[in-house]
Amino acid sequence: MTVFRIEVRVPEGSQDPRGNAALKQANDAGFSPSSIDTTAVYLIEGLLDESSVQKIADELLSNPVTEVANTGSSKPHADSIIEVHPQPGVMDPAAQAVERAIERLLGESVQVQTARRFDFHGIDCDEAEKLTRHCFANTVVHEVHTTPYHPTEFPHGHAHNMTVPEIPISGLSDAQLKTMSRDSHLFLDLEEMQGIQAHYKSLGREPREIELETLAQTWSEHCVHKTLKATIQYTGPDSTNRPHHEEHDDGSVTIHNLLKATVAAATFELMEEQVDWCLSVFVDNAGIVKFDETHAVCFKVETHNHPSALEPYGGAATGIGGCIRDIMGTGLAARPIAATDTFCVANFDNEPPEGCLPSRRILSEVVRGVRDYGNRMGIPTLNGGVWFDNNYAGNPLVYCGCVGVMPIDCIEGDAKPGDRIIVIGGKTGRDGIHGATFSSAELTDTHSDEFSHAVQIGNPITEKKALDAILEARDHESGCLFSAITDCGAGGFSSAVGEMGEQIGATVNLEKAPLKYAGLTPSEIWISEAQERMVLSVPPENVKTIQEICNRHDAELCDLGEFGTPKKELVLHYDGELVGQIDMHFLHEGWHGATRVARWNKPEIKKSGANPIDVQTMLPKLLAHPNIASKQSIVQQYDHEVQGRSVIRPFCGPSGGAPSDAAVIIPVRGSTKGLAIGSGLATALADDPYLIATAAIDECVRNIVCVGGDPSTIAILDNYCWPSVKDEESLGRLVRCSHGCYDAAKAFGTPFISGKDSLNNQFTTESGETIYIPPTMLISGFGMVDDIATCLTMDAKTPGNTLVLIGETKSEMGGSHVLLIDQDAACSNELPVVSLTDGPRNAKLVYEAIRNGFVTSAHDCSEGGALLAAAEMAFGGDLGLDLQLEESLCFSETPSRYLLEVTPDNLEKIQEHFEGIPCEAVGTFNDSDKVTFGSASWSLENLFRCWANGMVI
Amino acid sequence: MTQALIITAPGINCDLELGEGFVLAGATPRYTHINELLKNPQIIDEVDLVGLPGGFSYGDSVAAGRIMASIMRKTLYPKFVDALRRGVPMIAPCNGFQIAVQLGLLPGPPPGSDWNELAPTPTVALAQNESARFIDKWVEFHVPSNTRCVWTKNLDGAEETSLVPIAHGEGRFVPENDEVMQSLEENGQIACRYGSNDNPNGSVGDVMGICDASGLVFGLMPHPERFLRWTQHPTWTRLAREKQIGDTIGLHMFKNAVEHAKQNSATSNCVEQSV
Repeated sequence: MTVFRIEVRVPEGSQDPRGNAALKQANDAGFSPSSIDTTAVYLIEGLLDESSVQKIADELLSNPVTEVANTGSSKPHADSIIEVHPQPGVMDPAAQAVERAIERLLGESVQVQTARRFDFHGIDCDEAEKLTRHCFANTVVHEVHTTPYHPTEFPHGHAHNMTVPEIPISGLSDAQLKTMSRDSHLFLDLEEMQGIQAHYKSLGREPREIELETLAQTWSEHCVHKTLKATIQYTGPDSTNRPHHEEHDDGSVTIHNLLKATVAAATFELMEEQVDWCLSVFVDNAGIVKFDETHAVCFKVETHNHPSALEPYGGAATGIGGCIRDIMGTGLAARPIAATDTFCVANFDNEPPEGCLPSRRILSEVVRGVRDYGNRMGIPTLNGGVWFDNNYAGNPLVYCGCVGVMPIDCIEGDAKPGDRIIVIGGKTGRDGIHGATFSSAELTDTHSDEFSHAVQIGNPITEKKALDAILEARDHESGCLFSAITDCGAGGFSSAVGEMGEQIGATVNLEKAPLKYAGLTPSEIWISEAQERMVLSVPPENVKTIQEICNRHDAELCDLGEFGTPKKELVLHYDGELVGQIDMHFLHEGWHGATRVARWNKPEIKKSGANPIDVQTMLPKLLAHPNIASKQSIVQQYDHEVQGRSVIRPFCGPSGGAPSDAAVIIPVRGSTKGLAIGSGLATALADDPYLIATAAIDECVRNIVCVGGDPSTIAILDNYCWPSVKDEESLGRLVRCSHGCYDAAKAFGTPFISGKDSLNNQFTTESGETIYIPPTMLISGFGMVDDIATCLTMDAKTPGNTLVLIGETKSEMGGSHVLLIDQDAACSNELPVVSLTDGPRNAKLVYEAIRNGFVTSAHDCSEGGALLAAAEMAFGGDLGLDLQLEESLCFSETPSRYLLEVTPDNLEKIQEHFEGIPCEAVGTFNDSDKVTFGSASWSLENLFRCWANGMVI
Repeated sequence: MTQALIITAPGINCDLELGEGFVLAGATPRYTHINELLKNPQIIDEVDLVGLPGGFSYGDSVAAGRIMASIMRKTLYPKFVDALRRGVPMIAPCNGFQIAVQLGLLPGPPPGSDWNELAPTPTVALAQNESARFIDKWVEFHVPSNTRCVWTKNLDGAEETSLVPIAHGEGRFVPENDEVMQSLEENGQIACRYGSNDNPNGSVGDVMGICDASGLVFGLMPHPERFLRWTQHPTWTRLAREKQIGDTIGLHMFKNAVEHAKQNSATSNCVEQSV
């Protein structure tokens, strides 16, 4: 076999956008090459003659109009060259596609690797290498070469010499059990290790490696949410008269299963009282609600934080990929119709800790990852946000969400004994091993070496093929061809098959799994988290039809075994030999929920500062604050139109430069009923975690209401991202936040339908300093829009219309953006509190006003306060505005407030409609090019520019 | 029944909305996977219209549309040519356009000449956007008065509402040389253009879409299938109701083509009956 090398580049003198973009990236990072030329490199291993290689170069790899191709390595035509190649074993989706294309073109089977070559002008090789590592390569997944790389052969895996190692644990001391748990990356606590020891003693044998791995994956925090289900002794305010809280004389409470006692309790109580549209909550891969008589919609939000810290591109891409698979694996498969994303990163000027990537690079790569995956899957990314805080420096947060639609009779599935275990999608490799246990561990500066195998590169086309095949199988003329489906997420086959077969057992033949390369042990096959795999439970008589469907879509299918064993066990074979046998009951119930102690005390509030707030200069600063500034440079890279369902998009206004409060889509083609998607996040209030929950729910509801969503139909999702909860205070903050979730969900009538927690989000530097993320709670939600014709956008529409402020403005400014800009600003540092009576009432009344046609535009009044929100409406609609706000309160971020644009005809109706609650005319739109407020005045153009240029990637 | 073939493939993802465009214009979509079509190319003989949808065929690996075009060249190019000789309108938005130019269907032979029997070498390309980034936005839509395009007939793009959505990373129109550009312009093969101040990707001559000399094959970077209803317009919440009456630009295109296909098959049926 020979390895051939082909280079493709634009001819000299032609435009090279990729080179220009690389140059800009280098300059932004402080490097100064005079120019950069880029070349695509293909290495092809196979039995090919020269004319075939030429044919590949000319007909497949280059375009005669715009490119030139050469075989071999061309001489450097610059001062230095660098090549970036994928590490062996790292997924290379483009290479896979080229392999298939060459096979079709020549009928030859080959192996391909792709790489990129950079020719740098004006810098030497050392500088070029430094630049490359800073901007273009990540050694977790890439190799960097300083000369053209042309190996004589590719590394190949070797067939595995099968052994079934037993791990002796019966004689280990407690200390040894602890060491083993950490060193073998099991991350189980001592009591769980002791439980395993006792279980195997009772069986009279030692556990096999594969069994230990399976238990560790299944019992990981990531998979069972041990902390949120643990028994907690909590001491803190507002903890009496709560469901599943056992009260004690000393004022403390015992909470049995925090999730059940708060988030889930709210849902189940609401379902008893008023909500009749929840179809499936907390049990499936996503929560499902009724959309109309024949359709249901579902929503899931996941985090992918630790992988994104090490390799942001792959981490974010596989994050969104995994969340999309959750939707594909909900009920009997839903069609993904919208994606959401929210990121938390450090400020761009923050010096990254040792072992961490710079914040700007993290964000750019995360965006690229979501873009490349979501766009290729054909799913519009419609809602999200980016939040900046330097405590995210070592542990950025990447939230990915996905919404799906399904026929209402496809909301449930159960594996049946005798069904085949069918896997559709990607091959299994060593990538992503230990992802579930890794995400349950905390990051340190050595993690990028130790856990690089937990990082993956996704292949969206593999997932799209699986999706196309699965939906065809679901909608087959003879009815759905499978009885259950789930995705292979954390824990791989071990979790997917383990969960589907929980009640009936399963027999698995591991040698049947198609592998990316030889050399995987049975344990590795079993726990690999390789992407893009779905597991289906298929009645034997339907396997042939599903196989035909998969063939048509070029989707790979394998038959891994059978569901149902007489003793309800998990039985693992490799080439006919028994390699593992686990009792399903022990697997799913044997984990240990420890009793934990938690406490929370109201922190001292800092005294007010003395710096006067200058309205004239503060407004532009606020608009340019990265939390508030336009996210256009991100959003424009996402396809938010694909599928043609969009009604309200991320941006609105005459020039598309105004920030929408929420998105609206049409889930069912031809219907006039819409679905509004919004979110809320209030990390700045973390001094009282109760408020980060109530404020986020209030904001999510406001966003949905402002585009015309009905607040009585909103379902929400919780996503906790927390630092370690090993200490009582941190766990106390988690309890306090959960109380906020319960109270606000009940008050707003918004049931939680799904959620996820990610704990251990912190980073320990080389010098031993630990950076804890602020407690972060993302609330995502969706609600119904009865008739999309009633939808609104926030851009001001007509001169002469009045701007009306709904809701009471208070003086508390704790956590406000004014204080983020000047921590000594002269204002109250008390935190704003959501009124759980005013919030829901305002939402309902605003919705009714919109339904009645009294409102021309509506905008959520949040970050930056009423003045800022009003200014956004003005420049968003390209209209001037004369404001009369209370100056001392104009930057207050009191929740539950709305700004409404009202025509003169409707003003009286609005005042009647809101009688008895704060409803104040605060301004008039005009056709000037200014916003004026007392003695302050700004040109629209200036305000827009501050906002548009505040955060650009 | 007027049938519109819609070709799907791994990574194609705008097939359903393209189908919706045909349905609203009075045709019936027939979704066919590329693997099925390669096995049964005669399906192309049975249809009245063809749609090559947008998406990321085969991941757009190597370059957008490259692998899909390479797969289709041998077997399917001749069948498309037969269909064009029958007068079948074809639309190729976004990835479809990228495929069509590399497949040799666009710009096609000069006026008056017949199609090559074998797929010709491309003479125009859709290269990477000037910004080297994927971009999603709505852009101005203009139709040159001399265009032969069946799809953009009677659309002038003069309205304030004349916007269409683009979403691509490789849409920069590049002709091989000036002669190619000149002949496209002179022969009325420029089907639509961006506004001269609203060219999102650096396309030569602000070219947004082209057609072959017969006007039947229409390749364009925007997605008319994403603008079939007024509530899809980016500023519909600010437009007066009276401006939201009548067909959107997207629907207008599909109606033009379906109307053409219906007349075309009526004529060919007459011919058959007279034989």
